[in-house]
Amino acid sequence: MLATHGTAQSIQSRSAAPVAAPKLQVDDLTKRYGSFTALQPTRLDVPAGEFLTLLGPSGSGKTTLLQMICGLVEPSGGRILIDGKDETRTPVHKRDIGLVFQHYALFPHLTVAENIGFPLRMRGMAAAEVEARTRGALDMVHLGHLGGRFPKELSGGQQQRVALARCFVYQPSIILMDEPLGALDKKLREHMQQEIKRLHRETGATIVYVTHDQEEALAMSDRICLMNHARIEQIGTPHEIYARPKTAFAADFIGVSNIFRGRVQRDAHGTPVLVTSDGSFRLTGEALPDQDEASLVVRPEQLDLDGEGDNEVSGEVVDTVYAGSETRVLVALGGGTTVTVRLRRGLAPPLPGDRVAVRWRAEAGVLVS
Amino acid sequence: MSAATFQGAADTEPRRWRFGPLWLAAPGLAFLTVFFVVPVARLLGLSVQDLDAGTWSGEHYARIVDTSVYFRVLLGTFRISGLTALLSLLFGYPLAYWLAQLPERTRGKAVLFVMVPFWTSYLVKTFAWMVILGQKGVINQILAGTGLPSLPLLHNEFGVMAGMVHAMLPLAVLTMLPVMTTIDRRLVDAAGTLGASPVNSFWLVYFQLSLPGVAAAGLLTFISSLGFFIVPALLGGPQQTMLAQLIIAQIQEMLNWAFAGALSTFMLVAALVTCWVYDRMFGLSTLSGEGSGRAGSAQGRLRAAGMRLLAALAKGSTTLGGAAGRVVGPRAMAWLLPLYSAAVIVFLVAPALVVVPIAFTSSPFLDFPPPGYSLNWFRVYFESDVWVGATVRSFGVAFATAILATVVAGLAALALARSTSRWRGAIFAFFLAPMIVPRIVFAVGLFYLFAQIGLVATDIGLVIGHTVLALPFAFIAISAVVKGHDWRLDQAAATLGANRFKTLMLVTVPLIRGGLVAAFLFAFITSFDELSVAIFVGGGVKTTLPKQMWDDMILQLNPTLAAVSFVVFVIVMALLLIAERLRRPAR
Ligand SMILES: Nc1ncnc2c1ncn2[C@@H]1O[C@H](COP(=O)(O)OP(=O)(O)OP(=O)(O)O)[C@@H](O)[C@H]1O
Ligand SMILES: [Mg+2]
Repeated sequence: MLATHGTAQSIQSRSAAPVAAPKLQVDDLTKRYGSFTALQPTRLDVPAGEFLTLLGPSGSGKTTLLQMICGLVEPSGGRILIDGKDETRTPVHKRDIGLVFQHYALFPHLTVAENIGFPLRMRGMAAAEVEARTRGALDMVHLGHLGGRFPKELSGGQQQRVALARCFVYQPSIILMDEPLGALDKKLREHMQQEIKRLHRETGATIVYVTHDQEEALAMSDRICLMNHARIEQIGTPHEIYARPKTAFAADFIGVSNIFRGRVQRDAHGTPVLVTSDGSFRLTGEALPDQDEASLVVRPEQLDLDGEGDNEVSGEVVDTVYAGSETRVLVALGGGTTVTVRLRRGLAPPLPGDRVAVRWRAEAGVLVS
Repeated sequence: MSAATFQGAADTEPRRWRFGPLWLAAPGLAFLTVFFVVPVARLLGLSVQDLDAGTWSGEHYARIVDTSVYFRVLLGTFRISGLTALLSLLFGYPLAYWLAQLPERTRGKAVLFVMVPFWTSYLVKTFAWMVILGQKGVINQILAGTGLPSLPLLHNEFGVMAGMVHAMLPLAVLTMLPVMTTIDRRLVDAAGTLGASPVNSFWLVYFQLSLPGVAAAGLLTFISSLGFFIVPALLGGPQQTMLAQLIIAQIQEMLNWAFAGALSTFMLVAALVTCWVYDRMFGLSTLSGEGSGRAGSAQGRLRAAGMRLLAALAKGSTTLGGAAGRVVGPRAMAWLLPLYSAAVIVFLVAPALVVVPIAFTSSPFLDFPPPGYSLNWFRVYFESDVWVGATVRSFGVAFATAILATVVAGLAALALARSTSRWRGAIFAFFLAPMIVPRIVFAVGLFYLFAQIGLVATDIGLVIGHTVLALPFAFIAISAVVKGHDWRLDQAAATLGANRFKTLMLVTVPLIRGGLVAAFLFAFITSFDELSVAIFVGGGVKTTLPKQMWDDMILQLNPTLAAVSFVVFVIVMALLLIAERLRRPAR
């Protein structure tokens, strides 16, 4: 059911910014291992030139989906269309797809240049052309001087660049990347994120990128496809997913969220409220029917200490966390929930034990099922 | 705060002499030097000495090259060994490939089908081939039954090659397998996504990565074949005489030490040159399954030529595979490899099983199938003083050998695991050396040494000789477990107040127990199946089970041999299964 939900999302975003027919279409694609389902029937459209990220916790089926798209894993059902053509049964080596592996999968017995030239030779290109293109690709990733080395003589970051060059060199129109930066440290990872974005801009390739790092997904993607339990949870631009999560899982997985669980009811004026153990909070927008279980999501930057807002709850400061660019205050509420509040600039941090009032405007909250 | 004070304390503490871990290898090094290096070196020395005149002389070498009989044997030995190695690789590679791609649990079981023939006594295997290929053997009786003329299968080149390849195939597979299982399958996937067809992926990626294993297997099978005498003596004719047989004849019939030494030198030099070439190309460390040592860094024209060759092979097999695929269809192609592997496994396992019905025959001949069943031949076996004596001695010697080899190899394996010395690699190779020097060369050398110090025809002599041969196997078994040992546990024990000896006995040894027991059993089997040393050092008096079998097989085949073979087979298999179970490192 949520798979169709995904399609609805992608149609919606396309109508907002019209683009050409989808480069890649995944149509009810399924994978089962015996009685275990690694991927529920899934639909997904990726327009040409898009940078789409598959984001989700470990075991949610990201790699499975990716490997079926490139042909390394045979689907149990469904179709894969590239440029509208059914490619479900095309063998791996005949698909116009590039795959960057998590651990690079560089051939240890070949030099860097030979690694990069490999896909060109497989396409029967003349030696001179192979050499020229290899050199171009090496320069593109700033490794022009290292072509003669073997992979094990390179650092992790350099190996990653070789893997990228080996993939971009034959200009596949779709490039899949499975946690390509997973093995790098934070600083190098941020740098390589920029490199990949640059390559994406320069080549105009369609990229499907897998990560379980939400910051990476937010920073790089045109759209994010959030996966959980072998299916798509939500698809949308980073902003849509952050600001309008559809489920508690989506809210919890992306960014820091305060989540109040409760039941929808009407107050004396007929306005919908969510009754929780911490109090009743006013809701806005299309609220769910009465008596439904629901969760209210409020981001830390929407909460304010002793500030404005039509929802209020009081609690006791547990701790303040200094995170460089901002300070977060943890407040324990009467009902047992602890919320995270981003401290307004210029305000002195409260001390643990202080009693504070936490307020927010009803429009800032998002009600999810 | 503590960093500074700690540093200061360390600086001021006087440097005291420490009992470095490498010293644990000292007993093994001394043992191998005295009982392995010295005898082999002296035998080689004998070959260039003129004992009467006390001068140097090359006369024995001149005699080998000048006497056409000897020279033919020399060439024949290289030819048979080379052919054996080649065929073992050709037949073994697909089987190893199939085993390597099985899921780990299944592979562990499937590999037993290769382990069983690997550890089955050469004498049992050869006896089985005599029963199968003989004039009145299994195959010819089947042919006669269908009215076809009988074929000459024994005492010719065919018999020798069947026996040799059957004997060497398991070694080839077991050597290639560890290299293949460490090949990262994602590399083959990667080649696919980069546009390589499955055939290209295989030749340009997988095959190249498996080459160190192939070369190691070629090396070991070639060297082992060089020193073989059981198979050519019993399955071949005069045309297939091999070097080792000549050496035995020179000692047993002529007592011509110097000439035997010269023949041994040829064999040893051939073995060492092969090793040297291998080391230049791949690095000896690959032998112990340490992964592809030097592969890939070989530079220049040789590498380019090799790559072109593989590209040509890829092209050739694409055409061939395409044609075959059109003939039998893609469905059948997928079954080709498992079917082939099953066929090779049958070839490996079935011969030894032929012995079983014959052991229970009621006939005094080796008819197959037996005309009736009885336990007669087991009775003959157990009522014969000769056979029972040999069996008891074999057990005793094997037991002593196993204990000695396990202790010595265990200490050495611990030493090398803990040491960071630059001598590590050399010592490692030294402990494996008894596997590389042809057994017959070592056995003759040891005979010469023992003749001088009065250890010929003693049980101690047998134990010493067998321990040298068992050390490499014990060493490899223990090293494999020690490699996975978590040394922080030993450090923890030390911080808790245990001294080095107590740590060893209470923490290390219990944790690597599996490897120790496996080493014990492998050493036991090695000794239990050993013939070369037994022929010479036993001096014809202290007969072991393999020696008694050998004597009987040369004289006259009889069903008692089948009964003995059956017992040996069952004992070795039981020990092997226990060892295999225990070899996996403790969780
Ligand atoms: N060959 C297989 N046989 C059986 N189950 C498998 C196989 N491959 C994957 N699975 C299962 O399918 C599920 C999805 O796996 P997948 O590798 O797609 O997850 P993932 O989202 O990529 O996770 P991660 O972030 O850890 O890489 C997992 O539960 C996994 O155990
Ligand atoms: Mg994954």
